[in-house]
Amino acid sequence: MNNTCTCAPELKEKEKQDGIKELKEFIKEHKLLHDKQGALMTVLHKVQEIFGYIPREAMDVVSESLGVPTAHIYGMATFYNFFSLKPKAKYQISVCKGTACYVAGGARLLERVEEELKIKLGDVTPDGLFGLSITRCLGCCGLSPVIQVNEEVFVRLVPEKIPAILEKFRKQEKKTK
Amino acid sequence: MQKKIIYLKDTDSTQQDRVNDFYTLFSNELRDTNLIEQASVVRIADMGLYEKGVAVKILPENIVYTGLKNTDVKKIIEETIKGNKVIKESLYEKKSKQMRAVLKNCGYIDPESLEDYLAAGGYKALAKVLLEMKPEQVVEELKKSGLRGRGGAGYPTWMKWNFARGMNSPEKYVICNGDEGDPGAYMDRSVLEGDPHSVLEGMIIAGYTIGSSKGYFYIRAEYPLAVERVQKAIDQAVEAGLLGNNILGSNYSFELEIRLGAGAFVCGEETALIASIEGKRGTPHPRPPYPSVKGLWEKPTIINNVETLANIPQLIFGGGAKFASIGTEKSKGTKVFALTGKVKNSGLVEVPMGITIREIIFDIGGGILNNRSIKAVQTGGPSGGVIPQEFLDTPVDYENLGKLGSIMGSGGMIAIDETDCLVDLAKFYLKFCVDESCGKCAPCRLGGYQLLHLLEKISEGKGEMEDLDKLKKISYAMQKASLCGLGQSASNPVFSTIRYFEEEYKKHIIEKKCPAGKCKALIYFKILPPKCKKCGLCFKNCPSAAILGSREAGYVIDPIKCVKCGLCFDVCKFKAVTKE
Ligand SMILES: Cc1cc2nc3c(=O)[nH]c(=O)nc-3n(C[C@H](O)[C@H](O)[C@H](O)COP(=O)(O)O)c2cc1C
Ligand code: SF4
Ligand code: SF4
Ligand code: FES
Repeated sequence: MNNTCTCAPELKEKEKQDGIKELKEFIKEHKLLHDKQGALMTVLHKVQEIFGYIPREAMDVVSESLGVPTAHIYGMATFYNFFSLKPKAKYQISVCKGTACYVAGGARLLERVEEELKIKLGDVTPDGLFGLSITRCLGCCGLSPVIQVNEEVFVRLVPEKIPAILEKFRKQEKKTK
Repeated sequence: MQKKIIYLKDTDSTQQDRVNDFYTLFSNELRDTNLIEQASVVRIADMGLYEKGVAVKILPENIVYTGLKNTDVKKIIEETIKGNKVIKESLYEKKSKQMRAVLKNCGYIDPESLEDYLAAGGYKALAKVLLEMKPEQVVEELKKSGLRGRGGAGYPTWMKWNFARGMNSPEKYVICNGDEGDPGAYMDRSVLEGDPHSVLEGMIIAGYTIGSSKGYFYIRAEYPLAVERVQKAIDQAVEAGLLGNNILGSNYSFELEIRLGAGAFVCGEETALIASIEGKRGTPHPRPPYPSVKGLWEKPTIINNVETLANIPQLIFGGGAKFASIGTEKSKGTKVFALTGKVKNSGLVEVPMGITIREIIFDIGGGILNNRSIKAVQTGGPSGGVIPQEFLDTPVDYENLGKLGSIMGSGGMIAIDETDCLVDLAKFYLKFCVDESCGKCAPCRLGGYQLLHLLEKISEGKGEMEDLDKLKKISYAMQKASLCGLGQSASNPVFSTIRYFEEEYKKHIIEKKCPAGKCKALIYFKILPPKCKKCGLCFKNCPSAAILGSREAGYVIDPIKCVKCGLCFDVCKFKAVTKE
């Protein structure tokens, strides 16, 4: 029987082997708290870090080594916003929708990004380059409104500056190619 | 030597800008004295100071001089840049109403250096506790101090600790709540990043007091720098014998570990937080039993907010009575607020309890941006409420804010001006709570959704008068029947905006108008022919080709095509586009 599932895409062979190996080693080295389940959050953070999302194969590995059902892990992965079941885009754009950014006009930034990329919240551009999500406060409210692209934070933005920011990452991408 | 930076700004708005003259003076002087390698001058747009003449701020020392005359330039270069001395006469004295206790080290010490923290008096309180005090005495000091939890609810810290202390269990836990969920607030982040050892010290003291040997830091995954700094602080403390076995030679042992949150607001709630550490979905449990009786892995556990814990060292060091000398009758000490929204100087402020909201907004925050008038202040984030401008003279403490229908909360404070719509604000907070509801109990899951739906209806101009009643009824039901604080307080922003701004709701419902011009369905853009200079800028910018006409004939907006993006309003240089 073919037990592939649609909730989380499968991994490519090479990535899989390397990633799963790293994961197994991490779990082995990790000092278990109280009981095995106590390690779950930390391990899931590691999975997210290695693969950029929580792939099905990794859920199975975690399930086996910590002795918790895969269904529970799936439940965790959907409950917490930080974990994702889909691979993230190369450049993940997070528009801050915290209060300070809202008062400073953050909603218009989101509209503009959606317009420029022609995608909706939660989607990824067809070329896999940009993904769009929101975040609740990056803790730089004094400089609101802000957006974050991967690790980089852009502050005191107006919608007019969005195209230039996207262009910057497109150029960066071309260069790496 | 580190290169110095001289920030320069003319803070007077009435006169001609003198910044370029001073820029030339400074540059020339640096060149003439061969100090170009040691310092550079930068013109900046905002220094957070207003009407104080020409001002400079010199980094890294953070020396601020104001009211400068041409002749001062030479002196500053000579004495401060070259000689590393402060010129007292020009120094800007902040006649500040702030009082730094929790934030006293933030920005002044290197947060990655244990030596710096020790030099600032760090870990003296811990030594005092371990060597001279019994757990009962620590509780006694806390009781005298009147310290209440800074995480929102304001529960007396001594009671919480005393409960856990009295429990007979070989295993107990201390948790620091660094989940900081209120969107638009970053007090805890600043403390964790700016002075992590102070929180560590507070936790070790807590552990000693309740008889626990293990503590957890629960920190939001969105704060990677905080995580890094806390980890570093833990490693340093272990190295120095301040954590681990037999701390400072006593027979007390304690260890600390970090756990990461994963982006769920409800995990700031204590029982949900515990579930999350246990490797479960972060959904709350009914209380009692309280965590101090049955918490992490069913063992007695105390959970305290970052700021609460950061208060502990100075409280113990100076004594409870000294701590209690600041503040109001029932709210003692200082409180850190993240002041944001439409104020001139946004940022973190720490003030003694009992200061008025007006003092915070105007004397510390510098007043409202663009000299607009203030409409209200929001405190307590999504669980809080608004305080209208009539009540700005209220002294800030737990009781007063509660009486006004808001809460102290964790410290978000947002100034709202006349261009902000309160229906829209209520909708914003409710959307947040609906997104973040864990879905475990029906009043919150369904009620929140219904409230949001009603607010959306009102903001689209489809509201009816009965909707106001419905809003109130659902709010009430949610307050009474929800399982955790999220659902119980989710309707507070709705309740309090209706309480003070019912007129604004009615305008949306009866007149179908949004006085602040925020609710898109209720505003219309129009071009006023007498003011229009036919430049065509709006025509070029409109994203949906809703502007018709030509440079000869002039322009009009087609209301059917218009998507109300407001671009034409923003770009028109002649104020010929109106919004109503
Ligand atoms: C929905 C919800 C979210 C909360 N978020 C936080 C938070 O982010 N940080 C925090 O310290 N307390 C938060 N609390 C309060 C905690 O449950 C708890 O009361 C607090 O951490 C106790 O610490 P304290 O006594 O030092 O204030 C939240 C409560 C609720 C109901
Ligand atoms: S009130 Fe809301 S967040 Fe709290 S338990 Fe109920 S559904 Fe979950
Ligand atoms: S508001 Fe936007 S869509 Fe409407 S006319 Fe102006 S520019 Fe065009
Ligand atoms: S609200 Fe956007 S950074 Fe805090």
